Amino acid sequence: MMSRTAVVVGGNRTPFVKAGGKFAAAAAQDLLTAALDGLAARFALAGQRVDEVVGGAVLKHTRDFNLTREAVLGSVLSPLTPACDLQQACCTGLEAVVYASNKIRLGQADVAIAGGVDTASDAPIVVTEPLRRALLALNRARTIPQKLAALASIRPGDLVPVPPGVVEPRTGLSMGESQAVTTKRWGISRQAQDELTLASHRNLARAWDEGFFDDLVTPYLGVTKDAILRPDTTMEALGRLRPVFGKGEEASMTAGNSTALTDGAAVVLLAEEDTARGRGWPVLARVVDAQLAASDYVDGADDLLLAPSAAIPLLLERNDLTLADFDFLEFHEAFASTVLATLAAIEGQGLGTVDRSRLNVNGSSLAAGHPFAATGARIVASLAKMLAEKGPGSRGLISICAAGGQGLVAILEA
Amino acid sequence: MSVLEMIYGTPAGKFVARKAGLAEPPKLRRGRVLPTGPIVLGELEGAGIVRDTLALIGVSPGQPIVDTPSGRVKDDKGRDVPPSYQSRPGALLIDATGVSQIAQLEGVRALLRPVMRSLEASGRIVIVARDASTVEGLEAKAVSQAMDGINRTVGKELRGGATSNLVLLTEGARPSDLASTLSFLLEGRSAFVDGQTWRVGRASVTHELSATPFRERVVVVTGAARGIGAAIARTFARDGAVVVAVDMPSAGDALAGVANEIGGSALQLDITSADAGQRIVSHVSSRHGQDARIWAIVHNAGITRDKMLANLDERLWAAVLDVNLAAEMRINDHLLTAGDMPGGLGEEARLVGIASTSGVAGNKGQTNYAASKAGVMGYVWALSEELGGRPVTINAVAPGFIETEMTAAIPFISREIFRRTNSLGQGGSPVDVAETLAYLCGPSSGGVDGQVVRVCGQNLIGA
Repeated sequence: MMSRTAVVVGGNRTPFVKAGGKFAAAAAQDLLTAALDGLAARFALAGQRVDEVVGGAVLKHTRDFNLTREAVLGSVLSPLTPACDLQQACCTGLEAVVYASNKIRLGQADVAIAGGVDTASDAPIVVTEPLRRALLALNRARTIPQKLAALASIRPGDLVPVPPGVVEPRTGLSMGESQAVTTKRWGISRQAQDELTLASHRNLARAWDEGFFDDLVTPYLGVTKDAILRPDTTMEALGRLRPVFGKGEEASMTAGNSTALTDGAAVVLLAEEDTARGRGWPVLARVVDAQLAASDYVDGADDLLLAPSAAIPLLLERNDLTLADFDFLEFHEAFASTVLATLAAIEGQGLGTVDRSRLNVNGSSLAAGHPFAATGARIVASLAKMLAEKGPGSRGLISICAAGGQGLVAILEA
Repeated sequence: MSVLEMIYGTPAGKFVARKAGLAEPPKLRRGRVLPTGPIVLGELEGAGIVRDTLALIGVSPGQPIVDTPSGRVKDDKGRDVPPSYQSRPGALLIDATGVSQIAQLEGVRALLRPVMRSLEASGRIVIVARDASTVEGLEAKAVSQAMDGINRTVGKELRGGATSNLVLLTEGARPSDLASTLSFLLEGRSAFVDGQTWRVGRASVTHELSATPFRERVVVVTGAARGIGAAIARTFARDGAVVVAVDMPSAGDALAGVANEIGGSALQLDITSADAGQRIVSHVSSRHGQDARIWAIVHNAGITRDKMLANLDERLWAAVLDVNLAAEMRINDHLLTAGDMPGGLGEEARLVGIASTSGVAGNKGQTNYAASKAGVMGYVWALSEELGGRPVTINAVAPGFIETEMTAAIPFISREIFRRTNSLGQGGSPVDVAETLAYLCGPSSGGVDGQVVRVCGQNLIGA
């Protein structure tokens, strides 16, 4: 079989907005459809069939059992475009890119779209377990007394809706609380976290000012720019924030150096290289390789969000690379301390050192926000554009951590 | 909406308005639609080109009624009047291309008089004559200009949405050169073009007329996210174009909507950026193929920053001139000088800009805007000269009062005055501007070059 290469052609996303903001009334499907339509407009895909669209969401309503296909049907793409939902917590977007790239490499698709969406504003709210049981009993009841008995079993407290869980099911700790353990264990200082946060805002603001996102973002519902971004924030302003995770004197994680709950969607257009070149499409970067890993954070001594530090050595070894071989490093900023602990963990493994001036040079999740499943496609599209601008041979490393102690890392090369 | 405007919209309000002389304006014939009544052709001595041109369009003209003293009949009040047409003519074409003496102008009068009260709604009068540059002698040159006075007056006297326009032929113009213009003028596409005069010459490349003239041709439209720009994009798409819709990144959602609706592509671009020309070229080649070339670029993007001069600072001054004039010139300059390349300007191509009646006549509070729009006209005339032998044309349209979100923001009474102070008694539609641009960009309009065509319903301002 001829060797086939999957390349990134371009991308599109909505601006990212804090949950409960201007996208509060938009459902996940609306956001994903908007991202697809913007991509279609950018690449003249209206009415055209794409071999597959793969995407997903982390917070998902039961009505969204076929989210991506429904978004395709609501978009301007040909209804003959099939779709697949995929879910891997915060790795969803990047895993979708890996899935589509692998299909392209295998010859199962020539052109594919991968991405994700999340809206914390429209998170699925469910009923309590006692209410669910009572309703089931009511449904089974044949006689009036049985029905009354079923209804009588409902207590006022059962009627309170249940928001989605924000804790790891097996540790009972929220993501922030879990990360606070990691922060303490790795001795990450408040100063270092706030510096990384400030850099994220400054870099993202500069990228917006330079027009970097002109062909990566399509406005939505009157929002034209990432709305979490604080271009004017300072170390002093960040330093004034009270810690929200961790306990006592050592608590250092604030609302500033942790990502906000965010609404948004992002997609990437991928194609087999010859197909892309044949259509005259931009060939921004090749999707070279990817590696998934998990950490034993429940029973073992691993950190919840440091699984990428286990995946990176495997990926680098397989591709015969060191950390110094990358022009850009895109480490998803779940929390500032996650990035800092991941860097410490990989540098401690003899993989070389990370040149901090190559890290998240156009900002990352702390400044842009983090609509869970959308983050991977945001990073892939931005990194591919940066690599294309840098020139042939330039290389980028993506690292994304996720709930459940998972981490996905990938290499792109121009 | 003001209280006054709400009352005006009610049946009672409409009744009062009618009594006050503000009749409901006629509904104009629009689109690729010929008049329903017969198209009659009046030929004066030395005529011929119009008949040959009509044959190319597929129109067989009928006979006109000519007003002569001996042919007159008595009307019901006993006055001598010309005999009336059996059925209302849809259009009267006057081929005056052989007219060079003052005495011969009587022939024009004799053709016009019988039709003035009998033309159908949205009917057409088109006079075709020689441009002064192509005739010898003072009398002939004066006669050429006299046609302009006739045309403008006829436009003002016609009722019911009918229009009058004058086409002046320059050296070497053939029927194939005139065909696109006559077709445009006869059809509903020219609905809001009235009382205008422009010149048609010899094209360097000849193309046949077509209902889808832009098939497989790339047309770039700036400011395409809404209003007139969106109408332009849709009109070109209707006529077969692959449209590249350009607008500011902040208008990207509306822009994507337009591009997707018409199967084009969207380019989010600030046209004032220094590399705007390159980015347009690279977008065209990377979205529409390495073989794609730009057939036409419509420089529609424009802004207003209205202030009385007493309050106008350098920032508002520069912004308007940069977007409305300088950006267009930079982009054209890049396209014209870059040479042939994927996504670049085709060897044969059309450049069009948007001037404005504010540029023609000036407008209170719009010095910056008027400067930019008058500048567009000056640029069109100068570049047309400079392009000389190249098969590239440059033209502009100058819209008058067009019904858009922008004009909807004008206070009700001023708006009602603006929209009614023209010969058609109403504002134009964005599609009227779009149709005129599409005509100017048509492959068969190669002989129309360096022209500024007003789309203003013969606005009284600057007329």
